[in-house]
Amino acid sequence: MSIFAEATATAFSLIINANADLLEIIGLSMKVSLSALLIACILGLPIGALLGTFDFAFKNTVKGILTALMGMPPVVVGLIVYLHLSRSGLFGALELLYTPTAMIIAQVILITPIIAVLSSQILEDLHEEYRDLFISLVVPPPNALLTYLIEARYSLLTVILAGFGRAISEVGAVMIVGGNIDHLTRVMTTAIALETSKGELALALALGLILLILALFVNFAAQQAKSLLSVQRYGG
Amino acid sequence: MCTLLPITIDKLTLTAGQKTLLNNISLNITSSGILVIMGPNGAGKSLFMRCLHGLSQPDSGRILFAGDEINQTHRKSQALIFQKPVLLKRSVRQNLEFVRNLHRTDNVASIELALRNVGLSKLASQPANQLSGGERQRLALARALMMRPQMLFLDEACANLDPASVSNIEEVLRQACKDGQKIILITHDIAQAKRLADEVIFLHHGALCEHTPARVFFQSPKSQAARAYLDGQILV
Ligand SMILES: Nc1ncnc2c1ncn2[C@@H]1O[C@H](COP(=O)(O)OP(=O)(O)O)[C@@H](O)[C@H]1O
Ligand SMILES: [Mg+2]
Repeated sequence: MSIFAEATATAFSLIINANADLLEIIGLSMKVSLSALLIACILGLPIGALLGTFDFAFKNTVKGILTALMGMPPVVVGLIVYLHLSRSGLFGALELLYTPTAMIIAQVILITPIIAVLSSQILEDLHEEYRDLFISLVVPPPNALLTYLIEARYSLLTVILAGFGRAISEVGAVMIVGGNIDHLTRVMTTAIALETSKGELALALALGLILLILALFVNFAAQQAKSLLSVQRYGG
Repeated sequence: MCTLLPITIDKLTLTAGQKTLLNNISLNITSSGILVIMGPNGAGKSLFMRCLHGLSQPDSGRILFAGDEINQTHRKSQALIFQKPVLLKRSVRQNLEFVRNLHRTDNVASIELALRNVGLSKLASQPANQLSGGERQRLALARALMMRPQMLFLDEACANLDPASVSNIEEVLRQACKDGQKIILITHDIAQAKRLADEVIFLHHGALCEHTPARVFFQSPKSQAARAYLDGQILV
């Protein structure tokens, strides 16, 4: 049997038997990445709005730095977070190293720039389109901003999905700050890395397949939410 | 009666780099009725209108509405219809609701009435971005008139529209004018100008060439430039 067929079979048997370890790993992956995504949105969307719709000194510098941060290697982020959380680090007293919280922190740092930069681009285009109209209609700035967010909801959803994709699929950062501890900080990607290094290629590939299915499922759900939103907007 | 009159424009000048876009324009607009702004492409008509509405700031000179510089209160009682209508990506009705909810005043026409005036009642729940060019422009007109502005600006609002849309818009403008609203419109359509204008302003190279009653303008324009324009000659 080829390794792919074997992996597929393994994946199916893992899923059908609702393997407890597997469910735990999937659960933690989702919990960590969705938490990171939520926090990154709370931080990143206002930054994006600020960059996209306000003019201030050094705006382009800030944008340039954030754009550079979008491409940060996860291992580097992991290392930096590690240094800060380790016993001798600035936040060592909090004893967060090797906990899901540490993993969330690392992923927040990874995806906040993505959310901020991509959303700022979308909001900037909208601002360009609506600025004169909103001045003309004397729309108060908070109201204008809210309107931009509503108008851009589909594109912003795509941005958020991109952030989630980056979070759920990265391995370097969670490996370093989480430590891939069984039943505590093991997530899909670190489990795959571990099984691969042990030579359990079929199992690793099976986990990879499940990760893929998970990602597809999240995108599908988002797509559903999107069409639901548009039905509500236009009343059928 | 429009409380924003008279408009006193005093030595209005606007430059961009070396170019003088509006050149020392002075005039008084005292009477109600429809004022048509004419002039070749690039004459500065749109910029002039933007200055009146406070969307562009002149480099020097002053614009006074009944003795006061333009402020938010003035702008709330003005409306501007852009050459390219800017609509929210929502249904036709929701576009009107957006404006109605902005400024809570009693002096608002009902949405149903506003839609009926421009013949869009049947399309109320259509997405606005699915409308044809003429329908979009009529929606922009309904949105502007719903707030019962004292002064209405239209920047080539009838360009590219079919005859039925044009005559609908003209009808609505005549009625608005009867209701005491001051209307200032830019058009290249000489026949339309003849149909609507009470007064005409002619701009050329950013300078004011004429400001005369419509009858006088079309029978015996004073300036060489206006004469050539009406004869369909290319102005340099
Ligand atoms: N922001 C700007 N910067 C520089 N030039 C401009 C700007 N806006 C308009 N112009 C120029 O000013 C002139 C008048 O523009 P406009 O008022 O749009 O002409 P029109 O009479 O056709 O409406 C044009 O030559 C245009 O290129
Ligand atoms: Mg123009």
